Amino acid sequence: MFTFPLVYSFTYYSFTKIKKIMNEEIKLMKGNEAIAHAAIRCGCDGYFGYPITPQSEVLETLALEKPWETTGMVVLQAESEVAAINMVYGGAGTGKKVMTSSSSPGISLKQEGISYLAGSELPSLIVNIVRGGPGLGTIQPSQADYFQTVKGGGHGDYRLIALAPASVQEMADFVGLGFDLAFKYNNPVMILSDGIIGQMMEKVVLPPFRPRMTEEEITEKCPWAAVGKPAGRKRNVITSLELDASLMEQNNHRFQKKYRLIEENEVRYEEIECEDAEYLLIAFGSSARICQKSVEIARSHGIKLGLLRPITLWPFPSKIINRYADKVKAMLSVELNAGQMVEDVRLAVNGKVKVEHYGRLGGIVFTPDEIVGAVEKMRNEE
Amino acid sequence: MKNEEVRMTTKDIIKPENLVYQKPEIMNDVPMHYCPGCSHGVVHKLVAEVIEEMGMQDKTVGIAPVGCAVFAYNYLDIDWEEAAHGRAPALATAVKRLRPDRLVFTYQGDGDLAAIGTAETVHACNRGESIAIIFINNGIYGMTGGQMAPTTLEGMKTATCPYGRDVKLNGYPLKITNILKELEGTRYITRQSVHTAAAVRKAKKAIRKAFENSMEDKGTSVVEIVSTCASGWKLDPVQANEWMEKNMFPAYPLGDLKNVE
Amino acid sequence: MAKVRGAVVVNNERCKGCELCVAACPSDVLAMSKHVNAKGYNYAYMANEEACTGCANCAVVCPDGCITVYRTKVNG
Repeated sequence: MFTFPLVYSFTYYSFTKIKKIMNEEIKLMKGNEAIAHAAIRCGCDGYFGYPITPQSEVLETLALEKPWETTGMVVLQAESEVAAINMVYGGAGTGKKVMTSSSSPGISLKQEGISYLAGSELPSLIVNIVRGGPGLGTIQPSQADYFQTVKGGGHGDYRLIALAPASVQEMADFVGLGFDLAFKYNNPVMILSDGIIGQMMEKVVLPPFRPRMTEEEITEKCPWAAVGKPAGRKRNVITSLELDASLMEQNNHRFQKKYRLIEENEVRYEEIECEDAEYLLIAFGSSARICQKSVEIARSHGIKLGLLRPITLWPFPSKIINRYADKVKAMLSVELNAGQMVEDVRLAVNGKVKVEHYGRLGGIVFTPDEIVGAVEKMRNEE
Repeated sequence: MKNEEVRMTTKDIIKPENLVYQKPEIMNDVPMHYCPGCSHGVVHKLVAEVIEEMGMQDKTVGIAPVGCAVFAYNYLDIDWEEAAHGRAPALATAVKRLRPDRLVFTYQGDGDLAAIGTAETVHACNRGESIAIIFINNGIYGMTGGQMAPTTLEGMKTATCPYGRDVKLNGYPLKITNILKELEGTRYITRQSVHTAAAVRKAKKAIRKAFENSMEDKGTSVVEIVSTCASGWKLDPVQANEWMEKNMFPAYPLGDLKNVE
Repeated sequence: MAKVRGAVVVNNERCKGCELCVAACPSDVLAMSKHVNAKGYNYAYMANEEACTGCANCAVVCPDGCITVYRTKVNG
């Protein structure tokens, strides 16, 4: 499996992309480091974190880079994940572009705060470099936090926009994208990655520097921000509390309307060798990288295998998956968990074709051949 | 001239030019949900008066807690953020770090600050965040109906220690400000009350000092207000003040605990 | 010799009848009305108007900000 990143980088980047990269500064770094650099470059105002493997490089890189001396970005190691997410809440409530990062057990701790962010409609970015669970689990990579990312995680009916990068480049790119989506919809956004992408070193072109938002821009973009009440405007209150049930229902309807809009506008996915595919792999993040090699191997065996990679896990690319359900013989949801995304694939397919799951658990990563084996088994069972 | 005095009626005195006290403008003209005689109302008024006198309405961000004061944002006409239970100092930390020119204060009860939010409180104070923490200590959970707080006195009866707080079972009343004063990040730690007009005036001075410290980036200030909860204590408001003087003050003596000039 | 005279106006509808103002008044000016407001509270009123010095103690301790105080000097 340690050869696949190379294979991936050749197949992933098209020639034009490589040409573009040649003209820009190519760096070699870990996915976690790329997140830190991208945060500084995309005008992030504040990062609040707490060490946990395998994501500590985000905070470490920021501490080393000292962005408070250059862009003015605040970087603070909080006393806990709970404090860190509430610092994000506090900062986001003043219209600032703020973020945190953690790994699974830390994200579990943050869920209360994430629910508050969603309930108060605060733009914010949360990075989860997933490790194997449950409990303290393992520091090895896993995708077992799919459910806690796309099905809520915290209390109440809310949704996070969830982005699943499959390369160090996307780790860098999705920071800016994540903030843009967060501010477009006044909603928390999560980058869901894992220890493979977080720890792996790969070439990356960092995004260009964007200045931090000015006070005027904040006032325009975030008229709701709690920044001090000037004469002539009503006070701004950041809260998710509404004891009047009829008003609380109205709030919930407003959230749901926004979520439908996001589902309409923001679905992102990548199709690899899907056009003539008879069998389709559905995989995100690090699994998708491995599956890309599986597609290559399967096709060399004469199996017409394709890969559909959801980039947004919520909103989920249900429509396109449903369309492929009319074309392919079966789908295999390949995940580093016991079968989580497969539920959404089945909902999308709605019984049209067989959908199976293939996964490894607890920090073990599948090989491309293993996945091809699972596809062959599925074929033989027909 | 004695006749003039006799002739002067109350109606003659009630004129704009004779006005000496009215509620601050920043205190909204809405009835508060607090029980009759609740100390929260007095402290809200003091916070409003100090912000008004400092001319800081357009620069103030208040952080409301979970507890009785959860609706503080309905009563003071300033920008607010409503925190999750206990997390107000974390919110305040970020607000002050990201906006150092703002007056940032938290308003928290004893459950919020000294139980569920102990870590956030201690670490914000230890980092010396230039925020002001207004801490209402009435030894009980008011909002949820009078349960035991970390600051409940030994032997004091509440809904969850109906036979009185037993220190073997529930530990000792937590004198959290005594702990906070030991932290190098704290600048000003004081314990006040609002049971008499004189005490209210002193408490106001303390809040003013804490707010000034926030603006001058002098580290963390904590103003503990030893308060009554007449409903929770099952006393009338006047009796509650008497009970507080007799029972709360010996455990939580008033005065400055720390004042670094 | 100048004498100080005061007067207070109680926002009857806002008063919750906690009586803290009555206890805080050094001159026994205030008392609780026999009448109740819309919420059912007996509200504070000036029972002894002549004694008020306008010291504002009642207003200072009022949790609901319902007391406004006026004061003037009278030559006596």
